[in-house]
Amino acid sequence: MAKLPCPLPEIVHQFGPSLHTIPSGGWVRNPQDEHLVKTHCCFCGQQCGIQLRVNNNKVVGFEPWEDWPFNQGKLCPKGIKRYMQDEHPDRLTSPLQRVEGKGFAPIAWDAALDRVAAEIQRIQGKYGKDSFAVLTGASLVNEKAYLMGKFARVALQTANIDYNGRLCMVSSATASKKVFGIDRSANPWSDIVLADVILAAGANISETSPITTDYFWRARDRGAKIIVIDPRMTPIARNADLYIPVRSGGDIGIFNGMLHIMIQRGWIDHDFIAQHTTGFEEVARSVEKYTPEYAARIAGVPPAMIIRAAELFGPARTSFVLHAKGIEHHSKGVENCIAAMSLVLASGRIGREGCGYAMITGQGNGQGAREQGGKCDQLPGNRDISNPEHRKYIAEVWGVPEESIPQKGLSAIPLVEAIHEGKIKGLISICFNPIVSLPDANFTRAAFEKLEFYANIDFFLSETSRYADIVLAGSLMEEDEGTTTNTEGRVIRHRKAVLPPEGAREDWKIICDIARRLGHGDKFNFSGTEEIFNELRVATKGGVSDYFGITWDKIEKNNGVCWPCPTPEHPGTPRLYENGKFGHPDGKAHFIPVDWRPSAEMPDPEYPIILTTGRVVAHFLSGTQTRRIGALIDQTPQPFCEIHPVLATKLGIADGDYVKVESRRGSVVVHAMVVKTIRPDTVFIPWHWPLDRSVNNLTVRALDPQSFIPEYKICAVRVSKADAPHDAIASLEVQAGGVR
Amino acid sequence: MIRREFFIDYSRCIGCKACVQACAECDTHRGTSMIHLETIERRDTLQTAPQICMHCDNPVCARVCPADAIKKTPDGVVQSSLKPRCIACSNCVVSCPFGVPKYMAEFEQMMKCDMCYDRSSIGKKPMCATVCPSGALTYTTMEEMQRTRPGIPVNSWKFGGEEVTTKVYVMVPRETTRVEIDLIQIQPTPPALPADPYDVALMLEMAQ
Repeated sequence: MAKLPCPLPEIVHQFGPSLHTIPSGGWVRNPQDEHLVKTHCCFCGQQCGIQLRVNNNKVVGFEPWEDWPFNQGKLCPKGIKRYMQDEHPDRLTSPLQRVEGKGFAPIAWDAALDRVAAEIQRIQGKYGKDSFAVLTGASLVNEKAYLMGKFARVALQTANIDYNGRLCMVSSATASKKVFGIDRSANPWSDIVLADVILAAGANISETSPITTDYFWRARDRGAKIIVIDPRMTPIARNADLYIPVRSGGDIGIFNGMLHIMIQRGWIDHDFIAQHTTGFEEVARSVEKYTPEYAARIAGVPPAMIIRAAELFGPARTSFVLHAKGIEHHSKGVENCIAAMSLVLASGRIGREGCGYAMITGQGNGQGAREQGGKCDQLPGNRDISNPEHRKYIAEVWGVPEESIPQKGLSAIPLVEAIHEGKIKGLISICFNPIVSLPDANFTRAAFEKLEFYANIDFFLSETSRYADIVLAGSLMEEDEGTTTNTEGRVIRHRKAVLPPEGAREDWKIICDIARRLGHGDKFNFSGTEEIFNELRVATKGGVSDYFGITWDKIEKNNGVCWPCPTPEHPGTPRLYENGKFGHPDGKAHFIPVDWRPSAEMPDPEYPIILTTGRVVAHFLSGTQTRRIGALIDQTPQPFCEIHPVLATKLGIADGDYVKVESRRGSVVVHAMVVKTIRPDTVFIPWHWPLDRSVNNLTVRALDPQSFIPEYKICAVRVSKADAPHDAIASLEVQAGGVR
Repeated sequence: MIRREFFIDYSRCIGCKACVQACAECDTHRGTSMIHLETIERRDTLQTAPQICMHCDNPVCARVCPADAIKKTPDGVVQSSLKPRCIACSNCVVSCPFGVPKYMAEFEQMMKCDMCYDRSSIGKKPMCATVCPSGALTYTTMEEMQRTRPGIPVNSWKFGGEEVTTKVYVMVPRETTRVEIDLIQIQPTPPALPADPYDVALMLEMAQ
């Protein structure tokens, strides 16, 4: 029974999102009563250091932490205002149960947990173990991510666990494993500054990982050249040495085209290729046809741009390649990444100072959460759930029979499809807002309405929580101790600044309590999160992402430790692949040929325009947190449709007009923002908003066959001028999905 | 105390508004942001420009104040108006060549950037220059700036006939010694429009 219990405006009225605009205790501080807690931002994968100001168990402000090496006090607007999620009026302070016709009513903790356990047993008893699924998230600390994986495999014994990193890092992770043999950024960020040329593909760094901007500019101060590839001119593209406005989905044209020229002109490190790689000949043959003209047709840009990119990148002494969702969110996301990696390998510029490669992690623990077992195909330590040796090791750590550990389950989108088909009947989720974040949102909503039972753990009542039968009031990052692994592969400490508010609980305690009720208490008998971390260390021992030598104490003393770190004496590994030693059993990197193919839905006469989606600097992902912070909603109140004046004129649209953007799956009405900084065949809408303002009403449910990432970055739409909407949804506040 | 200066480098700005958000966290005016982040012309470009008070050596805002409400402290920081003196005439608002002071009706006085006086007066960086993720706003030593940046810092300005020197520096290309801003005569027939360097459509066409 997972339909909304009452009309939506009533739920919004009671649970928000509403705006928190004045800090706890007001704007005037009482410094004598405050203390500072050194911790990290809860948002993106850079995990900037920040100090929270705490007064009487309340977070009342922040102070830059200038001694933390990665960001040296620098912060983006989200980090600055993050403290406003604390003491928030929308905060859940009791478990809730769905009451038909009324909404949600408080329920005692014991009753709520009993109900969840009873429903898990009922559904699994009736339909089988795999009919109850787990969805988890990559903004969880390592300890919770590990616990969720163990909870699914040991307490529920369901194969069907996956996580929202499926929408984020899986294409680069898959490609990185295939090419380099290890799923991690290869270098610390300090190497970016030492590169003579930086290539950033599909990475809107200024808005999605703003601190990285300073690393780019410091490289440029040394004379580095910067190449930016993006369908929209992003703030860093404005000052790049070469900006290539690629057609969304055309990235392989640029990468293969560059490699074609590099081979032709001899800008290839043959010694490195011979000694440290396999498969180059095949890749060289595969790019023979990628002449500048052929490559340019695929990329939708002039051939001169691709030639120039090769001329800048090819002969450089040092270089750094970074990519993010712009090339990864495609039904060929893995292949896009592989093509970029071929440039790194062919140049031989990896594994040394100023030479390297990085994937930019979107979520706070995007790197760590996927290693610890939240992913349907992996066990802790980046172990393969279908590998008998790996299963045996983890079974020993957990003290369970190997055969009790389920096999590989469904990834996030097929999992929701299985709910829609009625194969999965029950769900528990944490740290995931799929109603906003999954593509083809009308389908997602229909799927959730079919669940027999849905339990949700969250600190606010998210758009997805509204579909729950039981909501369990969880905790914020700053209310618990734990670790995350940042975009460099550096494991860092999050500190408990305050206790959860009365009535809410630490997430790990909630999970352990459910496991206990399911009769698996002996496997979840933790006294605290450090004990969970110590079990994780053992579980990852000998794995690719080996945390065994990392302790909380060691992290503290060293400003973080990069994995692999196999022994207590080991200093950690900031830079992978030194001396050409790669992660595959043969010690080599593997070139893989890729050929361009069209995206799942290309524009056609009926839907002639390309839609691409992304983020803005003031908001984070599905907006559960940032759409509740007044200052961030002031900065960017609602979504908009970027459209080039050439296209706008053709469609009779002026800046600020309401426009209806429609795909085969749904529509949104938002304001037009007419700008010359986007390709004239493409429109862009940011995705942080729900309901009729959710661009995911339009996006296509097409997946990469290797990584199962959805194709958020291209689908076909039409755009027309619209009247101001006045329906019930449009009348909501902007943070709730209204429009002004 | 090591002498540190404030530098603005517009070429680095990414328009993220971290400065705007952090400014409102400075304790001398917490809850109200004093920095201006100008979006130049969003239709044509992504260029943005942060504007703090430049803290003029001989501040025109103070000179034109009929109530003598604007004071410069010995360290060269021009402060917000003294509330008991400010008569809300807005002379300062219209006279500032950088467009910095604003009359704030809510507080019944002119308020502006005071370089986070609670912080900078005790050797800490101002909020905006601490958090700025792009280094567009930097508070450091002259030596460090000259050693690491390709441009040069200048603090000398000419607005028409008015010469101004400021405590705050801006980064400019090496050959520049002074920023000169003048009026131009509007022609009856406008000259040919300048090339539009940030128009993606033109980029795609021109390079064909």
